Amino acid sequence: MNEFRMPSLGADMEAGTLVEWKVAVGDRVQRGEVVALVETDKGIIDVEIFTEGVIESLCVQPGETLPVGTVLAQLSGAGAEAEAEAEGTPPPEPARPAKRDGAAPAVVHQHPDADTPTATDALGADTHATVGARRRATELGIDVMQLTGTGLDGRVTLADVEVLAGFANGDTVVQLPAEPATDTRDTPAAAMRRAIAAAMTRANRDIPHYALFRDVDLSRALDWLTAHNEGLPPDQRLLPAALLAKACALGLRRVPTLNAYWIEGDLQPVESVHLGWAISLRGGGLVAPALHDADRLPLPELMHRLADLVGRARRGGLRSSELSEATCTVTSLGDRGADGVVGVIYPPQVALIGIGRIAPRPRVVGDAVVPRPQATVSLMGDHRASDGQTGGRLLDIIDDLLQEPERL
Amino acid sequence: MSQQDTRAMLAEALASVAPEADFDTLREDEDLRDALELDSMDFFNFIVAVHKATGIDIPERDYPKLTTLAGALAYLAR
Repeated sequence: MNEFRMPSLGADMEAGTLVEWKVAVGDRVQRGEVVALVETDKGIIDVEIFTEGVIESLCVQPGETLPVGTVLAQLSGAGAEAEAEAEGTPPPEPARPAKRDGAAPAVVHQHPDADTPTATDALGADTHATVGARRRATELGIDVMQLTGTGLDGRVTLADVEVLAGFANGDTVVQLPAEPATDTRDTPAAAMRRAIAAAMTRANRDIPHYALFRDVDLSRALDWLTAHNEGLPPDQRLLPAALLAKACALGLRRVPTLNAYWIEGDLQPVESVHLGWAISLRGGGLVAPALHDADRLPLPELMHRLADLVGRARRGGLRSSELSEATCTVTSLGDRGADGVVGVIYPPQVALIGIGRIAPRPRVVGDAVVPRPQATVSLMGDHRASDGQTGGRLLDIIDDLLQEPERL
Repeated sequence: MSQQDTRAMLAEALASVAPEADFDTLREDEDLRDALELDSMDFFNFIVAVHKATGIDIPERDYPKLTTLAGALAYLAR
């Protein structure tokens, strides 16, 4: 018997509301099949299943709001376990540590007041607290199982233990809101704001960020783009964003330390480059779905997928795998935004690439100062996972790639 | 295509890239990108939608002519 649980669609998700089942009892489901629509504060998401089998029972009804990790359906079927172990699939059991390439981290969140057997079952002893937190708690004689975590997927972190023990510097205790996504007084925008607030507060507290900058001359890339687009129908033209995304993805493939997750004190490089693309939503907030295998997509295909991703972020229809599998995020401000960006890394990722507005600016070329279209590309790195030299190498590679756009 | 049809087509194209936008309050001379907070990818999707609905090939250099409702109506009426 296998269980299908409410997935964690990113570090800022606490709960989701089942909108519709796409399957019925008795249906056979395949890996990657969309089985349910779930409303989160990022909109209505097509949730995929990553085990194969036959639906035995549907445990919840549409309309119910449930914490991440709640069992939604039971499945039976031969080969379900083997399928679940296959490369590149998120773990079906939230209690299993995520050490697999391409997989999202284990999806466990301890709901602050969830003491039902279901929620407790979802919390294996291994995932309830980090190694450091368990060790420190033992030293202090604290039972970690009694603590509510603020770490990744609700894990109790060392900081949580220290706060409780009164050793934390400062007197502000960072507490996640009890039920951000389920508070009926909240508008979706307010719920999203709170979810982002919780995730970013945690990221800013836990991740020692470093930031690097590089002014990239985009004249060759843009000239190449104009020539490429000439004579093509509108739907086949490329935008600068496609070149930038491809350059970032190829760069990440060559600097695997930055295409990785930081989980429980370990750097876990991911083989595939699933580029997160930050899209700001008009109601407020943002979403950064993954462009799967961006490094391997030819430019026209990458452009098509990017346009489709942005369209679905607006209309609805993002898939759960897109929300949970990004390995490094790019935030590109387009041609009308600010000149540069220092952002906050989205855990468990270990880097964030920022691309400022493309605009003509003076550049020294030989002995002359000439106007050139440029963008300030920034790299925020998690200093636990990498050092500035590694980050600088990524910026070097991205810059070089953009000087030879025909090779992208 | 009558001007009324063109207007309806534009409304539909904009609704596909900005579903929450209120088309009725949009002024004709307002920059669509500002009024509807369109980013470059949204504007690209808007142009593609207009191209698909009208069959008119809109070269990149003409994009600035379609950044307002009035501009787009004039451009497509040619």
